[in-house]
Amino acid sequence: MNLLLLIILFPLLCTLLAFAKGPQLSRLSFAASLVPLIFTFIALGSFVPDASTQFLVDYAWIDNFGIRFKLGMDGISMMLVLLTNLLIPIIILASSKHPYKKPGAFYALIFFMQSGLLLVFTALDAFLFYVGWEAALIPIYFICAIWGGENRIRVNLKFFIYTIAGSLIMLIAIIFLHLQTPDNSYDIQSFYALNLPANIQGWIFCAFFLAFAIKMPVFPFHTWQPDTYTEAPTAGTMLLSGIMLKMGIYGVIRWLIPVAPLGFAEWGQTALILSITGIIYASIIAFTQKDIKRLVAYSSIAHVGLIAAGIFAWNVQGVQGAMIQMLNHGINVIGMFFVLDIIIRRLNTRQIESMGGIAKVAPGLAICFLIVLLGTVALPLTNGFIGEFLLLIGVYNYNIWYSAIAGLTIIFGAVYMLRMYQQVMLGQLNERTETFQDIDGTEKTVLVIICVLVIFIGVYPQPLLHISEAAVSNLIEQVNQKILVK
Amino acid sequence: MINLVWLIPLFPLIGFLINGLGRNILPKSVVGFIGSLTILLSFGVSLGIFFELNASEIKSFTIPLFDWISAGTILVPFSFLVDPLSTLMLLIVTGIGFLIHVYSTGYMHHDAGFNKFFSYLNLFIFFMLLLVLGSNYVIMFIGWEGVGLCSYLLIGFWFTNISYASAAKKAFVMNRIGDLGFLIAIFLLFSTFGSVEFSRIFPQAAQMASGDNMLILITALLFVGAIGKSAQLPLFTWLPDAMAGPTPVSALIHAATMVTAGIYMIARSNILFTLAPQTLSAVAFIGIATAIVAALIALTQTDIKKVLAYSTVSQLGYMFLGLGVGAYTGAFFHVITHAFFKALLFLGAGSVIHAMSNEQDMRNMGGLKSKLSVTFLTMMIGTIAIAGLPPFSGFFSKDEILAHVYEHNKLLWIVGVGGAMLTAFYMFRMMFLTFYGNFRGTPEQKHHLHESPGSMTIPLIILAVLSAIGGFIGLPEVLGGTHWLANFLSPVFAVSTSKSVGLTLDHSTEFLLMGISVAGALAAAIFAYFKYVKRSHVPVPDSVPRPALLNLSYNKFYFDEVYRAAFTRPLDALSGFFFKVIDKLGIDGLVNGFGSGATEASKGFRLLQSGNTGFYIFMMVAGVVALFVYGFYKI
Amino acid sequence: METVTQALQGVPLNHYILLSAIIFTIGVIGVLIRRNAIIIFMSVELMLNAVNLLLTAFSVHHNDASGQVFVFFIMALAAAEVAVGLAIIVMIFRNTSSTDINVLNKLKW
Repeated sequence: MNLLLLIILFPLLCTLLAFAKGPQLSRLSFAASLVPLIFTFIALGSFVPDASTQFLVDYAWIDNFGIRFKLGMDGISMMLVLLTNLLIPIIILASSKHPYKKPGAFYALIFFMQSGLLLVFTALDAFLFYVGWEAALIPIYFICAIWGGENRIRVNLKFFIYTIAGSLIMLIAIIFLHLQTPDNSYDIQSFYALNLPANIQGWIFCAFFLAFAIKMPVFPFHTWQPDTYTEAPTAGTMLLSGIMLKMGIYGVIRWLIPVAPLGFAEWGQTALILSITGIIYASIIAFTQKDIKRLVAYSSIAHVGLIAAGIFAWNVQGVQGAMIQMLNHGINVIGMFFVLDIIIRRLNTRQIESMGGIAKVAPGLAICFLIVLLGTVALPLTNGFIGEFLLLIGVYNYNIWYSAIAGLTIIFGAVYMLRMYQQVMLGQLNERTETFQDIDGTEKTVLVIICVLVIFIGVYPQPLLHISEAAVSNLIEQVNQKILVK
Repeated sequence: MINLVWLIPLFPLIGFLINGLGRNILPKSVVGFIGSLTILLSFGVSLGIFFELNASEIKSFTIPLFDWISAGTILVPFSFLVDPLSTLMLLIVTGIGFLIHVYSTGYMHHDAGFNKFFSYLNLFIFFMLLLVLGSNYVIMFIGWEGVGLCSYLLIGFWFTNISYASAAKKAFVMNRIGDLGFLIAIFLLFSTFGSVEFSRIFPQAAQMASGDNMLILITALLFVGAIGKSAQLPLFTWLPDAMAGPTPVSALIHAATMVTAGIYMIARSNILFTLAPQTLSAVAFIGIATAIVAALIALTQTDIKKVLAYSTVSQLGYMFLGLGVGAYTGAFFHVITHAFFKALLFLGAGSVIHAMSNEQDMRNMGGLKSKLSVTFLTMMIGTIAIAGLPPFSGFFSKDEILAHVYEHNKLLWIVGVGGAMLTAFYMFRMMFLTFYGNFRGTPEQKHHLHESPGSMTIPLIILAVLSAIGGFIGLPEVLGGTHWLANFLSPVFAVSTSKSVGLTLDHSTEFLLMGISVAGALAAAIFAYFKYVKRSHVPVPDSVPRPALLNLSYNKFYFDEVYRAAFTRPLDALSGFFFKVIDKLGIDGLVNGFGSGATEASKGFRLLQSGNTGFYIFMMVAGVVALFVYGFYKI
Repeated sequence: METVTQALQGVPLNHYILLSAIIFTIGVIGVLIRRNAIIIFMSVELMLNAVNLLLTAFSVHHNDASGQVFVFFIMALAAAEVAVGLAIIVMIFRNTSSTDINVLNKLKW
């Protein structure tokens, strides 16, 4: 059986856990989530890092409409499959201490989401891509709606309508493209081969961009994000910020720019400016946030803005930076939200001003928090630096001023992150934080794994960069040729 | 031996890992031993490399380790560069680092965070060595930011005090402002030279015309980086606040090593700077301005560590002044001598603070000369050295810089000598207030007064010896020396030297210049003696109002207040505006507007559904009629 | 039979059309302005019969029987409709003690 198919189907099988009960459930789920990871490593072992698509799966699905069940992995997909399968076990392990009601359903939804995400990251058929895109949305809706905070219903509605609005417009664009194909197909290569006039490509670009920009989110389509991150249960926030938003970024690389290269030539700069605006805008908002989760949510908008900017600069450094930064951001943001979860659960508040001095009583947490935070603010020898360095070079190759403005994130990031660290961890203890317990077994395991990843990738990023390099250069070359021809 | 250069940063890293991971298990003595030993081992290797390099014909070795980042045309190898400049810096970092580690075993002995302290200190040395050894700008940048991190950790070492934590944050953020400049300079270097390796950039740059716009931009941005790291105007305010950290940290990081990284970087990039004379003028101008402003502030400070901090800022200003006039050797010479005497002074101050039970205010000291005789003597040597009195080290290095400045611009020289006089005054003021006169502290403090243990005084004595004789490595020809340092460093600065005119002063002028500056410093010292010893003047308590000018100096020219009003407050206000107005009202308002628009429309339309059957029938008939009309007339 | 047909064809078609139009209009107006459910119901029947009349008239005019077949259909349908409709009206009367359709305004919003 095809390894890729196995990787996607196994989590689907795991949704049967919904019917399981018992105290060992979380451990069982964790063990099950390791299987796709192991498969991924096996796949990585036999993966040839060139531009070709490997592990191809191709079945007829709805033949009359030219819809095929077509999957495959090149270096770009490989990175994202790795990201998904690496982070899901961490998320499951991180939630194992949480007293979620109906844990079976909870883990089943996570597994269902994993399948949907993997489908998105490997689909070579636009219809299949769309199916995966929506399939990944359903579980997160329920996760947020059932296990979320007080405001969850209102916030969830906003999130859902935002996303659906974007993806429906994308669906229209997909159907339109399908109707243009000479061979009546949804195949990605047929889409790439279309040579539509520039103004139509402009519309296609806008339609896809809207869907992806909402998902990432890029300024000014971001207002669902802080609300949702704040209200969602921590596992939901981790899924959303760690993996799900990468769907949007992946979509930009795989679909948006190659499908509408002339549209990109026309609108790319606008998209880039929006991304950079988002970096500065979200960073500045993060300065004065009083809710700790909301602060990190805004910081995530800033970081994703930089990733988007690197992609829209569309050169090897920028896109490669985006590839590795997707992984890094996933690791860092999950670490960050896990730390916040530990703190919030113990103090029973999200308000920064009622915290302080925690480092005194919880040195273990303080160290892990600091390492994750340093990764987030892109200190050299942490993973964040590799990504941001390449991204900023990418943007620099596009325009030096954009890079200087985007580079302000280095300063602003330090300001809001260290402010938060100071207010939460340093200073004097108060009544609330006096009895704070340091991290214990499982929490320590999760955080140590994350910290090791943060430092390891920062010190030796080359193997990861190598995975996607050929595929990225090839894609960029293709698109640039199409733009040049015009 | 040179091939083993990777061992030098490895030892402190191992020390950091052992001390860091074992901080809860290992006893203090083991931690202190491991911490110091690793640095000593690094020092040993550095010494071996130094002798090998000194004997070698080739003066520059690149030792590649592995490829760190590669993407497209960008390649960043992880490799080290051994040349005279990096070797000397290695000796300073590991040598003084070792002494300060030994000192810390005594100074920090009673602190609960002893183990944590040593692991941070080892980590700092590791990053500092990366900075020094990196064979390209990106590796240098790793060290550059890494030392910033350690500085953050160590300033905020006693983090339960929120103002200390704030000082740490301030240092990190201000450093980051400079780092952004450095980073963009790296990008420019990439696109201009296609590489960040020193060995590829400098030969290419040497071919470029002087005053090339790209070079000016690159050097200006590099200089922005140096301003942040080396605490120059306008980013100097973090350094005095950084004195919140333990005193050995102030000595090691905020005096001897980290803050001189900016000078090291510019000296390393001397070819680029020489070819960008406009930037060099800016360097000189900012250097002298910082030297004077910091010296003026130091005149009225009453905290012993703050005096030393502003003195550091001021001395760093002199080093930049030296760089700015092209006296790279002189500036680096001052880095070395400054490392000796400023480390000595800080450690001495630490010894005083230790003896005074953590009292730092000089208004509560006085008359410590007899109780702390070793500390007093060694600090006195340091003070004479920094004041620039012969034959101690500071005299030679400062004089070399000032001679070049005189050659370059007479006005700058006058200001520079004025600054040197201020230096002599505030340093002797500090000595007299601390060690002369009557004891002004509490009886408990008086009872507790004691000379520090051997682990603290021995480093003081070694540093005092170095401060006294260290200047002879750069004994100028006019005094009958050969200037060994200049010869040793000449391969590094060869291109720059060939592109600029050397020192052409005749000997009599040089003697005259020396004479004037020595006389000035002596006069200032004597003035301080009369004011603080003969007349026993003591600065007034904070509650008593001061004259306006003194107040300005005492309050650091209100730099912090201005920055707060100009940057922090507006940004916070902007943050609130963005969040409340644009995000909540604007974008969310629009989004929610769609939702509420649909709701409102539905409220309007539902009125049509009146439930009145007659109305429904009427509408039906009207509809049929309308259809007919449409069918017949096609309207 | 011939004579009956001929006799009927002797009346001009316009007369039939006019008559059935008048009856239909009376029915429509009755539905629109009356409030009594039974009268509305009867008015509906009036409209149906106006159409029936028209159908038979054309049937005779064209000498084609299929029009009359439609009329039978409609009559059968009307009978069924009366059965259901009257039953509904009876139920309404039982519930509201009235046959005024304005009482039946619950079906809204």
